[in-house]
Amino acid sequence: MIKIDHTFARSLVPERTWPVFLDLVVAAFCLAGFYAVIFVARYWFSSPVPEVVISRSPSALPLYAFYSIVRTVAAYFLSLIFAVGYGYIAAYNKRVESLMIAALDILQSIPVLSFLPGVMLAMIALIPGRQLGIELGAIVLIFTGQVWNMAFSFYSSLKSIPRELREACAINRFSAWQRFWQLELPFSAIGLIWNSMVSVAAGWFILVVCEMFPVGTRHFRLPGLGSYLQTAANNGDTAATIYGIITMMVIIVLTDQLVWRPLIVWSDKFKFENTDSGSRVTSPVLHLLRNSTALAWVQERTLAPLGERIYRAFAHRKEHQVADVISQPGARRVASFSTIVLAFFAAAAVLVAAVKALGLLRQVPGSDYLLLFEGAGATFLRVNAALLISSLWTIPVGVAIGFNPRIARVLQPLIQMVASFPATVFYPIIILGFLRIGVGLGIGSVGLMLLGTQWYVLFNVIAGAMAIPSEMREVADLFHFGTVQRWKTVILPGIFPYLVTGLVTASGGAWNASIIAEYFHLREQTLTTVGLGAQISAASDSGNFGVLLMATIIMATMVVTVNRLLWRRMYRLAETKYRLD
Amino acid sequence: MAEPRFHADTETIIRAEGVEKFYAQPSENRIQVIAPTDLSIVPGEIVALLGPSGSGKSTLLRMLSGLSAPSAGQVLWHGKPIGSVQINVSIVFQSFALFPWLTVLENVEAPLKARGIEPDERRESSMRILDTVGLDGFQAAYPKELSGGMRQRVGFARALVVEPEVLFMDEPFSALDVLTAENLRSELMELWQKKTIPTKSIFLVTHNIEEAVLLADRIIVLGRNPGHIRTDFKVTLEHARDRKAAPFTNIVDYIYKVLTRPDVVPATEPDHQHPASRPVRDQRQMKYETLPHARPGGIAGLLELLIDHKGRADIYRLADDLAFEIDDLFPIVEAAQLLDFLRVEEGDAVITAAGHEYAESEILRQKELFRKAAIDHVLLLRQITRALENKSDHTVPEEFFLDMLDEQFSEEETRRQLETAINWGRYTELFDYDAARRRFVLPEAEETAESVEEEAS
Repeated sequence: MIKIDHTFARSLVPERTWPVFLDLVVAAFCLAGFYAVIFVARYWFSSPVPEVVISRSPSALPLYAFYSIVRTVAAYFLSLIFAVGYGYIAAYNKRVESLMIAALDILQSIPVLSFLPGVMLAMIALIPGRQLGIELGAIVLIFTGQVWNMAFSFYSSLKSIPRELREACAINRFSAWQRFWQLELPFSAIGLIWNSMVSVAAGWFILVVCEMFPVGTRHFRLPGLGSYLQTAANNGDTAATIYGIITMMVIIVLTDQLVWRPLIVWSDKFKFENTDSGSRVTSPVLHLLRNSTALAWVQERTLAPLGERIYRAFAHRKEHQVADVISQPGARRVASFSTIVLAFFAAAAVLVAAVKALGLLRQVPGSDYLLLFEGAGATFLRVNAALLISSLWTIPVGVAIGFNPRIARVLQPLIQMVASFPATVFYPIIILGFLRIGVGLGIGSVGLMLLGTQWYVLFNVIAGAMAIPSEMREVADLFHFGTVQRWKTVILPGIFPYLVTGLVTASGGAWNASIIAEYFHLREQTLTTVGLGAQISAASDSGNFGVLLMATIIMATMVVTVNRLLWRRMYRLAETKYRLD
Repeated sequence: MAEPRFHADTETIIRAEGVEKFYAQPSENRIQVIAPTDLSIVPGEIVALLGPSGSGKSTLLRMLSGLSAPSAGQVLWHGKPIGSVQINVSIVFQSFALFPWLTVLENVEAPLKARGIEPDERRESSMRILDTVGLDGFQAAYPKELSGGMRQRVGFARALVVEPEVLFMDEPFSALDVLTAENLRSELMELWQKKTIPTKSIFLVTHNIEEAVLLADRIIVLGRNPGHIRTDFKVTLEHARDRKAAPFTNIVDYIYKVLTRPDVVPATEPDHQHPASRPVRDQRQMKYETLPHARPGGIAGLLELLIDHKGRADIYRLADDLAFEIDDLFPIVEAAQLLDFLRVEEGDAVITAAGHEYAESEILRQKELFRKAAIDHVLLLRQITRALENKSDHTVPEEFFLDMLDEQFSEEETRRQLETAINWGRYTELFDYDAARRRFVLPEAEETAESVEEEAS
């Protein structure tokens, strides 16, 4: 992994050396997980499903926005907790480490929306007849779209903690609790915050779609901004659509100003560097929070004493631990025995479920396979077309912006915000536009993919151009490099690592977007084109789980393969040949 | 706080019995980092551990402090195995290892927090120790706002706040500039001698010989391949020691002599010394000599300097002239020695005829001489060249040599050995290295290939 702080990176390509066997194990787990979800869903499917009527009045918007925000926030915290737990276990358990990282790599390649029907049905089934089921379904779905990069970020931060800092904790007998709060979490804070921004953006992208969707003959609906926008588009209500988009913009801007900006400024103190650099970003909100006497008062009386008690409890436990380990060797043996038994049963269950899932695949007729592969080819071309087009315009524009620090300083946060705006909000409008000028979804979907992903490339190219040392550009000036030579020897190599990061992220985003972009419900009709994404959506709509599973497997395989064959090599090149330091 | 430190107990605090460190290899042989070693730390003394890089100084420190378990043998704390009892030690790190997100006070309080001490008491003892190390007024600052010297003061405060029985220091002054280091050293000595701190013993790892002689009551010199004790003796000079005094320079010269003659058991001791133990050299048969990590330019520079000194100079004096640390100068001396450009006699470097010719020649001739010396004296370079000449395409993947080397060296050392070999190979034009494809290539082969390509286009 190349380490670039402060960039929008989503799909991360970990360096791995494990054998194929591990991949098979992970694949078995995935199949098993899929089957388990479907199984539970089918079993409980008889329960009633509430269909909420979505009002198009602007006065309903604040409430809807609130509902959507609650979902996003809940999903985010779920992701954060899971990511920290997952990263922690992966970093400290040598035995499961490579398996868990392999799982991360594959899970982040699976398109989230493939989970949609399964997750929804399972959640509704678990909490039958109530809104809560769909609520939880939406939350879990957003969770699956944002958790993996955070987990990976936390894991790699833990892995890169300098040895002497760890030793300082060990020699001073820090409890795991103290080590977590004073070393591990602060050390990984910056990475986690930047990844959180990307994750929350991805969450909105999915939320807009999953608040309202059909599975088989049933229509699920949740009151929220996403369903409001969809209802407005379906009814051709332009005014309502504009209100919805404005609301979304307000939410994005407020999140940026009230949450991310203060967090980024605050996280400056977690920078692991020896020199004090003047901080570039400022946040009045943080200033307010820091200087608030009321907050300080509350903290002094609640959190501080509570923290003290926890520290003391752990410290005392740690003091006694030394003796315990020596005196009770038997307890450990019992524990490890029960672990083996548990692991055995878990493995058996995974195996059975994986076999059952494969059985599901057998029901897919041969002709469908042909269609699937045809679709895979079409989507592959579209994704690459989208990447190519975004590179073509973002590289010159990004470099121009990056070389002009004053413009960059103004535009960078703006682009960051644009990148976090869920492109799905605009899909209905753009598709309507396409229809009017006679562009089909076959080509139009490339445009839709571009809409969500090009900003990642632009953002990273700007960062890369800014990182090129001015001496290098001065050399180019001094020796009168021509345009071609300047680009070939200075600019392109300079932005290369950043460009790769941006393209990997964009590529992941484009694959995910294909599921929505190639198959769209609008005004009682379904627009569709040949493509893997369309097949996933269609299968999910009609409840055809065999095709859904197969299509998902194909997509995940393609993403993982491209990651390994192309992006990982690019990363290695970026790390060795094109490193600027 | 200033209770009498040396009550009659002369009981050993830490005793290492036959501790060794090795890394198992997939193949039969294992990489021995430290040979079985016995060592004791007793109250009332400052022990300095010296040795060339790669002799396992830091590894030994980590085993003695309980941070890392020995591969064999055991470490005893007051007679009991170190894992079974609560020990009271601290470490001052080379990189300071402070938490940049905690204030100075929070950094110092952290170890007390780990011991479950009440906030008020914690703050009080932290403030007291900050006062002691001269940091009063800085408690609210963040480490990154402080200079290197101030940061290491925080490192000392954090280590001392728990009143450790043994204070370990891992090259604590080597990241600091000369004056700051000198200042901190003398302040530490003052704390120690006035018994302001209740610490009973200090164990200092350093590569600075003068620093060791300046501070220590006892000096242990390690040799390498694998790490073992070369000599272990007491220094009985009065504090504060005078660097210019004859007894002081005698000891420094003696240590230089021990360090520059790795193959010989030190015979003469500094005039007032009696060795505590006389260890046996645990020399394994090594196929490859360890390539010293020196650049050809450095070797030429050293030889020219020697010629200025009429062909013979005290290595200690040379290091002084160059303001070099021993770890910087030794690889160069060793490399020149390996290439037969100089000999080491009694701590003096003496230039040879070949060395003389090399230093006096112009650039191209120098390359030629260096190439010849390298082929004659360095097995690894000889092997790489042979392998390249024998292959029809004149390229050999790097792994081929990595595999041969890692039978004998640790992973990191293998890497460094190869880096040095590449550096020397490129300089002598014996071979080149294609970093993108990780292959060794013969320069001629590459040139022809390129010229063919050029002609074709």
